[in-house]
Amino acid sequence: MRKLLFKSVLALPLTERAPPVDDRALAELAEKVQATARRRLGRSLSIRQVDAGSCNGCELEIHALSNAFYDLERFGFHFVASPRHADVLLVTGPVTANMREALERTYAATPDPKWVVAVGACALDGGLFSGSYGVVGGVSAVVPVDLHIRGCPPSPRDLLAGLLALMKRKIPRRILKAQAGR
Amino acid sequence: MITLADIIVDAAAGQWPRVPVSADLWDLAGQQLAAGTWTLVAHWGEPTTVHAALREPATGTTGILSLDATNGHFPSLGRYAPAARRLERTIRDLVGLEPEGAPDLRSWLDHGRWDVRHPLGVQVPAVAPEPYRFLPVDGEGLHQIPVGPVHAGIIEPGHFRFTASGETVVRLEERLGYVHKGIEGLLLGAPLDRAAKLAGRASGDSTVAYAIAFAQAVEAACGVSVPLRAAYLRAIMLELERIANHVGDIGAVCNDAAFSLMHAHCAIMRERVLRAADLAFGHRLMMDRVVPGGIAKDIDQKGKSHISKLLAQIGKQFPALITIYEDTASLQDRTVRTGMVRHDLVAQFGAGGYVGRASGRSFDARKNFPCQPYETLDFEVPTLERGDVDARVRIRIREVEQSLSLLRQLLAQLPEGDIWVPIIPRLAEGSTLVEGFRGDIFAWVRMNEDGTIARCHLRDPSCFQWPLLEVAIDGNIVADFPLCNKSFNCSYAGHDL
Repeated sequence: MRKLLFKSVLALPLTERAPPVDDRALAELAEKVQATARRRLGRSLSIRQVDAGSCNGCELEIHALSNAFYDLERFGFHFVASPRHADVLLVTGPVTANMREALERTYAATPDPKWVVAVGACALDGGLFSGSYGVVGGVSAVVPVDLHIRGCPPSPRDLLAGLLALMKRKIPRRILKAQAGR
Repeated sequence: MITLADIIVDAAAGQWPRVPVSADLWDLAGQQLAAGTWTLVAHWGEPTTVHAALREPATGTTGILSLDATNGHFPSLGRYAPAARRLERTIRDLVGLEPEGAPDLRSWLDHGRWDVRHPLGVQVPAVAPEPYRFLPVDGEGLHQIPVGPVHAGIIEPGHFRFTASGETVVRLEERLGYVHKGIEGLLLGAPLDRAAKLAGRASGDSTVAYAIAFAQAVEAACGVSVPLRAAYLRAIMLELERIANHVGDIGAVCNDAAFSLMHAHCAIMRERVLRAADLAFGHRLMMDRVVPGGIAKDIDQKGKSHISKLLAQIGKQFPALITIYEDTASLQDRTVRTGMVRHDLVAQFGAGGYVGRASGRSFDARKNFPCQPYETLDFEVPTLERGDVDARVRIRIREVEQSLSLLRQLLAQLPEGDIWVPIIPRLAEGSTLVEGFRGDIFAWVRMNEDGTIARCHLRDPSCFQWPLLEVAIDGNIVADFPLCNKSFNCSYAGHDL
């Protein structure tokens, strides 16, 4: 073990630069989240992840955010074990009928102000699974969603770009303009 | 003594002929399961039929028995074989057929939240849900700890009901089904490309294995054999998936024993595997790369060299990590003799993967049902006897080494040629067994003439591993549950479908 520890003293860090903030995510946020509310978060966000019916693919990539390459915590994000400690619910999967109540109760247990980030193609609208007797639909069918991060599954870079948008205090003028012009 | 070949005349290893049987023969199959001469591979239902896929370990023969259940009943196999019980509860929930004499008739996947009952059978409107009755536990000073469905970590949802005496777990009862999406329902009548995508999302961590299982079942039904290059590339993806999951989980088990150094290094290694997969195949988890008839995208020289580089890197770093695992007494203290599973139980349940192999059940679909390219490759199936957390970790370590060797052979021998042949649909059925990282995945498909899916059943390896987790934790302390659970790493999504 000594050898390994010594080696890592000499090696360069694996951690990579942050990806550019996702413009699409910013645009969605401009519409949904008030700047004042976002300011109250400061520079630190506690995330509670909820699998509401995913295939586990999104969880794998969310897990990867904590590895040395992405090192999510350097941005002030950290995963917490209870919704009571959370600012953000990171919800994956089409919401199954069997998970609907658990998601509602998790949302209710999260103190205000809170944000819901729906992760993955299924979380958007049920994806491939929409129309099934076992599926209610996307996350927004059950709880209000502030931000969607797309992909099947979204890569850790996509996830990071989306989450960083939540942290951005100011939304660039070009995006606000585009919103107003719609 | 009757053999499986007596009932299924053209039964053979790796072939899955399906024969209709009488209630008497069905009952006899139950007795054979109880005696341990046959193993249950899968058990599923259609509106008026129940099927049981069986394997005879002594001869390796396999086949499927089908019993007519037009009257809405079938004799329970669960009376004889505990492995069949949750599958029967699933059949009862999904198609509405009643297992006669079954010891447990509580609903399993149906939590009373769907609009319909028996969604895959004769549908009737749902009734108000009853509270779930957990098994009673009596005794002085016992307390219960309910956990889930939403867990503390970034994992899938399920409910665990612990009954503990002080710190010692007296009983664990699982309640699953929370992520039931109705995949088999969505597969009814689905066109081939959509069906392949759905099958590839049964369990995201095994997307390659599921996609191969579905594709092979379709190919078996339609009498198609894929080009050799496609078979090789499928195997390359399957082994990359195995390494990524094994390495990640070895680290996670150590993390649950408060040894985060291993976790950090294993997570880096896992990320490197996924990045190589992305560079070679265009997707980190290699989703939708395997399609019926072959594979969707060929690999170029660059892709090959990315994988070669990865193999060299892991080949150098992995042994150093394993030395740390083996030399750290505080880790061994947590993993050795924790979460033991006896050999007779893994044999009785036909538990596959590292759960079975760590308890002395040497079964691996790549060896027991050799198909291209595995039959020409040189590899071993590591087996241990002790059946504790340590044994499961060690099996996975040895399997990483085997997969590295397999990948070197596959890359060296990768033949040129086509990567896909068209599927010419016909009215037929096909089955297969594919060794994913977690164990053997069973797939059965009935095709329509127009190329759509008439019916498809997918059975996750976890179906026969989840029940053993309840046994593994027995007598251990509550704090060791995460360790036991991670060493199993059963799939919720694959089990619930």
